[in-house]
Amino acid sequence: MRLVILEDYDQASEWAAKYICNRIIQFKPTQGRYFTLGLPTGSTPLGCYKKLIEYHKNGDLSFKYVKTFNMDEYVGLPRNHPESYHSYMWNNFFKHIDIDPNNAHILDGNAPDLQVECDAFEKKIEEAGGIDLFVGGIGPDGHIAFNEPGSSLSSRTRLKTLAMDTILANAKYFDGDLSKVPTMALTVGVGTVMDAREVMILITGAHKAFALYKAIEEGVNHMWTVSAFQQHPRTIFVCDEDATLELRVKTVKYFKGDKTVEAEQNSFLPAVLAQHVWLYI
Amino acid sequence: MPSNKSVSDAPIAQFTNCRLLRGRRLQREDLWVREGKILNPEKLFFDEKGSADVQLDCKGCILAPGFIDVQINGGFGVDFSLATDDFRSGIDLVGRKILSHGVTSFCPTLVTSPPSVYHQILPQIDVRNGGAHGAGVLGAHMEGPFISKEKKGAHPEHCIRTFEENAFQDLLATYGSLDCVRIVTLAPEIKRSSEVIRELTKRGICVSLGHSVANLSQAEEAVQHGATFITHLFNAMLPFHHRDPGIVGLLTSDKIPAGRRVFYGMISDGIHTNPAALRIAHRAHPKGMVLVTDAIAGMGLAPGRHTLGQQVVEIDGLNTYIAGTKTLSGSVATMDTCVRHFLEATGCSVETALEAASLHPAQLLGIEDRKGTLNYDSDADFLMLDDSLHVQATYIAGEEVWRRDALGM
Repeated sequence: MRLVILEDYDQASEWAAKYICNRIIQFKPTQGRYFTLGLPTGSTPLGCYKKLIEYHKNGDLSFKYVKTFNMDEYVGLPRNHPESYHSYMWNNFFKHIDIDPNNAHILDGNAPDLQVECDAFEKKIEEAGGIDLFVGGIGPDGHIAFNEPGSSLSSRTRLKTLAMDTILANAKYFDGDLSKVPTMALTVGVGTVMDAREVMILITGAHKAFALYKAIEEGVNHMWTVSAFQQHPRTIFVCDEDATLELRVKTVKYFKGDKTVEAEQNSFLPAVLAQHVWLYI
Repeated sequence: MPSNKSVSDAPIAQFTNCRLLRGRRLQREDLWVREGKILNPEKLFFDEKGSADVQLDCKGCILAPGFIDVQINGGFGVDFSLATDDFRSGIDLVGRKILSHGVTSFCPTLVTSPPSVYHQILPQIDVRNGGAHGAGVLGAHMEGPFISKEKKGAHPEHCIRTFEENAFQDLLATYGSLDCVRIVTLAPEIKRSSEVIRELTKRGICVSLGHSVANLSQAEEAVQHGATFITHLFNAMLPFHHRDPGIVGLLTSDKIPAGRRVFYGMISDGIHTNPAALRIAHRAHPKGMVLVTDAIAGMGLAPGRHTLGQQVVEIDGLNTYIAGTKTLSGSVATMDTCVRHFLEATGCSVETALEAASLHPAQLLGIEDRKGTLNYDSDADFLMLDDSLHVQATYIAGEEVWRRDALGM
C-alpha cells in the first residue's frame, strides 16, 4: 500500500482530488471508453469534491466520459430527503459538473426488490468494465462503505443492517435524533471494492485514528473491514496528521519518507506525473 | 445533452452564475426552467436522466421572483377608471410598460366611480397570464365606492355609497359583475359591512380595509369576517392613537384568527409616508408588508395635469395632488423605485425588500404556490437585478420579455 500523510484536512483533500484528476486525464476517456470511478459520501470527501469541482470549473477536468458508482444508499429514505445519498451527491458534486445523468449510478434504497437492485448494480459495474479507481472512506469502526464489523471480506453488494456505531455517527445529520436515522442500507461489498483496479481510502481526523491503526498495522480481520485492502495490489491511504495519531512512529516516518508524495503535491496536469513510483511492501 | 424525450420534448434552460432568492435567502444556485415553470434539477437528473439544452450566464445577477403590484390605477397616460372604447389597449400598454419596472403581475385598480363606469369597464378586464405582450392581469382591485366620506382622499364624494339597504346585493348592482374582481377596498364601519365581507371572502375575493374612520375593534371585527388587507397603511385612515390605534393597530392585534395574517400595503415612494413611519410598520409586522405603487395615469409621463377617474390631478416631480390642492392622489412611483426606497429607508436585507414586492402580495392573494417565489413548479416569472436592485431583465413563463439595453432604457 501507499500511505500518504498530509498536514491537514484541506491538504489531504487537495492531494486526493489532484490524484483523481490526474488519473482521469491520463486515462484519456472518450466515447466508448469511460473512466469508471467509485465514490463515497460523508463529511470526509467533501473537501475533495469541492476541489474536483474547482478543477472542472477551471476547465481542467471534464466528467463527460466518466461513469460513477456510489458505494451505498440508505434504505427507506425518500430519494429527495435532504440526507439521502442521492441528495448528497447532487448537491455536493453532480450539479456542479458535466457528468451525463445516465452515467451516475447510485443504489436505489426504495427499490421494490432490494436484492434484485443490488444484483443489478453489480451487473452494471461489470458491464462498465469494472471500476478503475474506487474512492472510499473509513468509519470509526473500521468499516468501508456500510460493511460493518463482521461483514464477509468477500461480500458483494447487498442489504446491511447498520451497526450502532454507525447510527450514532450519522445522528448528527438527523438533528441528533437517533429515531430518525435509517437502520438499514444497501452497500457495495468488500469484495466489490477489492475488484477495483485501484483503491484510494480517505481518512482524516483524530476520531478515525484508531480505525486506521487497526486497518493497516494489525491483521486482516473482518471486524475492521478496511483491513482487507492490505491484500489489494494497488491501494493508497490518504490521511492527515491527526489520523495517524494511533500509528507507530516507525510507520509514519517510513511513509513520510516517500518523496513522490511531495512531487505529486506540487504537480498538476497535464505534463507531470508521467511516471508513478509504487512502493511495494 | 437533451432532455429525456419520453417525459417532455420541451427545451430546458439553465440560468447559471446567479444568486437566487429561495428559502428566504439569496443562494448561489442555478435556475432551471421548462415549459414556463421552474424545474427541479435534481428530479430531472435522477428521474429523467435529463440535463439542460441551453445554459445562460447571468453574470452574477440577483434572480428574484417578478414583482406583483396589487394597487395601480394606471400609467403612461392610461387611467383605469376612465371608460373608453379602447380600454383594453390601455391595459395592454400599461402591462407592457411596467415590465421594465420588474412587475410581472398586477391588479388594475379602479377608484370610486359611478356604477355606469364600472358596468362599462369591468367586462373589459380579462384575467390573463403575462407574456411578451405584458404583465399578467390577476384581476381588478375595486378601491371604492363603499368608503368613508371623511377619508375620501382623492376619491369623488358624490360617487361614494353605502350598502345599508341590501348589503351584498347593493355591491353587486354597483359593480355589475364580480367575475374579474380580485380585491375590494371598503370601509368596515359602514353598516352591514360584515355580511358583505363574508360574501366577498366566500367568493375568493380579497377584502381590504381603507379610506375609513374605523376604530380598532371595528377593524378587528372586519378581519374576523374575512378581511386580510389594509389599503395604503396610514393614508386615508385615522392616525395611530395610543388608546385607539385604529386600523393601524391591526399590525399588532391579538384578535387575528389563528393561521391568518393581515397584510398591509405601503407606498414606499418617500412621499406617502415618512420613512420613520415605514420603519415602525415594518418592525411591528415585517411579514405583512406589501409594497404597492398606487401609480396613476401620469406615472411615466412628464409633469403636468392628468386624470384620475372623475378628478384632475397635477404632477410635480414625485408629488401628485388633486389639482389646486395639497391632497395626495396616487403616486408616480414605479415598483422598482419603491423596492429600492424600502430597502434604503428600513435598512432591511435585500431578501426582505424583494419579498415585500413578490412573496407577500402572492401570499395575500393566495397564489404563492405558483407566483411570488422561485420554488420548483412555480411559474417562471422572474427578474435579473443588479446589486442595487435595478431591473436588468424581466422574464415571464421563462421567456425574456424585457431587457435593459446598453443605453439604460
